[in-house]
Amino acid sequence: MAKILHKEQLSEDVFLVRVEAPLIAEERQAGQFVILQVDEEYGERIPLTIADADRNEGSITMIFQRVGHSTTHLAEMSVGDEIPALVGPLGTPTHVECVGTAVCVGGGIGVAPLHPITQALKAAGNKIITIIGARTKDLVILEDKMRALSDELVVCTDDGSYGRKALVTEPLKEICERDPGPQLVVAIGPPIMMKFCAETTRPFGVRTVVSLNTIMVDGTGMCGGCRVTVGGETKFTCVDGPEFDGHKVAFDEMMARLRAYKAREQQDLQHHHAEGCKLRASQ
Amino acid sequence: MEYRDANLLKQEAQEALEELESRTDALKPRDRMAIPAQEMPQQEPQIRARNTSEVALGYTEAQAKVEAARCLQCKKKPCVAGCPVQIDIPGFIQAIADGDYRRSIDVVKSASLLPAVCGRVCPQETQCQEPCTVGKALNDVEKAVSIGRLERFVADWEREHGEITPPAVKPETGKKVAVVGSGPASLVCAADVRREGHAVTIFEAFHKFGGVMMYGIPEFRLPKKIVQVEIDTLRRMGVELQANFVVGRTRKLMDLLDKDGFDAVFVGTGAGLPRFMFIEGENLVGIFSANEYLTRANLMRAYEKSRAATPIVESRKVAVLGGGNVAMDSARTALRLGAEEVHLVYRRTEKEMPARVEEVANAKEEGVVFHFLENAKRFLGDGNGNVRAMECLRYELGEPDDSGRRRPVVIPGSEFEMEIDTAIVAIGNDSNPLIKQTTPNLDTNKWGNIVVDDNCRTNVPRIFAGGDIVLGAATVILAMGQGRTAAAAINELLGA
Repeated sequence: MAKILHKEQLSEDVFLVRVEAPLIAEERQAGQFVILQVDEEYGERIPLTIADADRNEGSITMIFQRVGHSTTHLAEMSVGDEIPALVGPLGTPTHVECVGTAVCVGGGIGVAPLHPITQALKAAGNKIITIIGARTKDLVILEDKMRALSDELVVCTDDGSYGRKALVTEPLKEICERDPGPQLVVAIGPPIMMKFCAETTRPFGVRTVVSLNTIMVDGTGMCGGCRVTVGGETKFTCVDGPEFDGHKVAFDEMMARLRAYKAREQQDLQHHHAEGCKLRASQ
Repeated sequence: MEYRDANLLKQEAQEALEELESRTDALKPRDRMAIPAQEMPQQEPQIRARNTSEVALGYTEAQAKVEAARCLQCKKKPCVAGCPVQIDIPGFIQAIADGDYRRSIDVVKSASLLPAVCGRVCPQETQCQEPCTVGKALNDVEKAVSIGRLERFVADWEREHGEITPPAVKPETGKKVAVVGSGPASLVCAADVRREGHAVTIFEAFHKFGGVMMYGIPEFRLPKKIVQVEIDTLRRMGVELQANFVVGRTRKLMDLLDKDGFDAVFVGTGAGLPRFMFIEGENLVGIFSANEYLTRANLMRAYEKSRAATPIVESRKVAVLGGGNVAMDSARTALRLGAEEVHLVYRRTEKEMPARVEEVANAKEEGVVFHFLENAKRFLGDGNGNVRAMECLRYELGEPDDSGRRRPVVIPGSEFEMEIDTAIVAIGNDSNPLIKQTTPNLDTNKWGNIVVDDNCRTNVPRIFAGGDIVLGAATVILAMGQGRTAAAAINELLGA
């Protein structure tokens, strides 16, 4: 049981929750995630990255997008409610060292998992250049927090409603072309964005780390549902990752696997909305 | 084996019992061997293949008494030697024959803690029933006394009569023991340590306790309420149960000893890392490890489609790869989830299959199609990332390999395609690496299994291990045996 201490709606579909989880707050490191269930009997186990943690308060912060059944339910929960099951921290922590200049690229909700990694890279003494990308102005999250960690920050939106009208790969390419260029790129966001970030940096030979959010059940290596091909080998995102060398990830396969339950998700969501309407109508 | 109607079996048993009870003279061994072996009443195959209720319905009282009368009470008791936890088998069977079920279950439980589970899932035909004098005399292991079914009968009798009394717990010693994982090895270890008056906390990574008995073995073979009763018994003994706690991640193993004040730790984390074949196309959508498929179906209850949030693929034509009990469970689960056709593909012959004969027969009766001497070479996609077909090779048997089984040899040029939309890979599990990775000083072998001595002690003082994490993928009863051994060593350590 993890009590919700604070809840914020960051944009139409993006929410932030801070929950009581003292053990996870103490052990977690950058790059790790948790799995939670909104219902222990019938709920699915969904992985969410830890966006921040406060050891003194014994809390962790998660940022999530309302997309399916469970995240919709989670978005409907309030401060004081308890999340029935929360387990973590899971996954291999980010390898953090001082390399010189690190470019941190976050797309949409991907800025949430990027935040603790940027914190760690900054603390290790790296120069930080941050690129935040979003479809439109309302979907830009954590700009202030990221700005505080960054020596340089670029915001771009697809529609030009805020910052530069560009995809994140444009400024990324420009930064790679600088002399001296960056030593490390960390890109987290939609798979298609991570794929193209990796393609952008490949000609420059800049090490590019991506963090994958695949479908999982247990999160401890037991089911293999999260498997991805990395450098021709099968890896489990939950225990071998979630971070991998972006130049080696077979993104097309990964994206196909992410779509496996899309049809069912849509059905569920429609069902959920229909139920909601019925409830409201009966009130 | 052929399916026989449950009511008919019950009726025959009733008649046989009346005949036995009408006899005034003592039964001679020859008379006992003439008593018909009692078959397990089961749900009708076509019906059960589409529901999740337990397949085996359990003996009636008459059947249990008739079957118990088949036991010769022989002096040699080869069955006891065949039991990994040495239950006094003739003793508990005699009590059934006497109609004293309380005494019978007490005899069983003095040696085994999970009789309702073991009576269902133990491979008795290779353990206690294999050397049974009756089976030997009748030249047929299937005609041996059905020890497992009788064990299940008395265990169910106890539960259904609300007669379960938790084992007595000695006064608190002030010592604390952590048990990692909540499968059979851990549950037995926890109970035995708790009995001595030590505080016990079980840490489980999942949201439900029971390990493989919850996520792996399906409801139709081991109803979850039976596992739940065992967990409740531990709770009543005062064992603390902590779910959603991954030792190695939520807390390091060594921290349990060094920071959290535990005096000893038992690691029973099981064999939870699925093997894949590492062939072309294996990561296409629609290809699952048996672990994932069974976990979605069992633990996450995906078969209750209207209520469960966890989705499971809707399959038309399923291929299951492998020949063990997990392969049978997967194939039979696929049928219950509505697959039109389920094909089990095994690269050796039926004789070499590691699955229990009973489970193979059950799967066949339910309509699983068996393909022997075939195996997948690669999976073919539909262009959108989904599996469309499996390219197979035919095999023939060659010379025996290290396991003593004849090695399957590929027949060159024998490729053929099998159209499928789902494949379930059930070729075994390796040990879960999490504890090993996060506890660098703990000795493991080249397969990642934790190395222990005869008392289940690891190389690290105060850390013990047992079950599949030590044995590799084995059985419930062997895991239980190790849990018991480790508990004895822990109790000795803490008593000193």
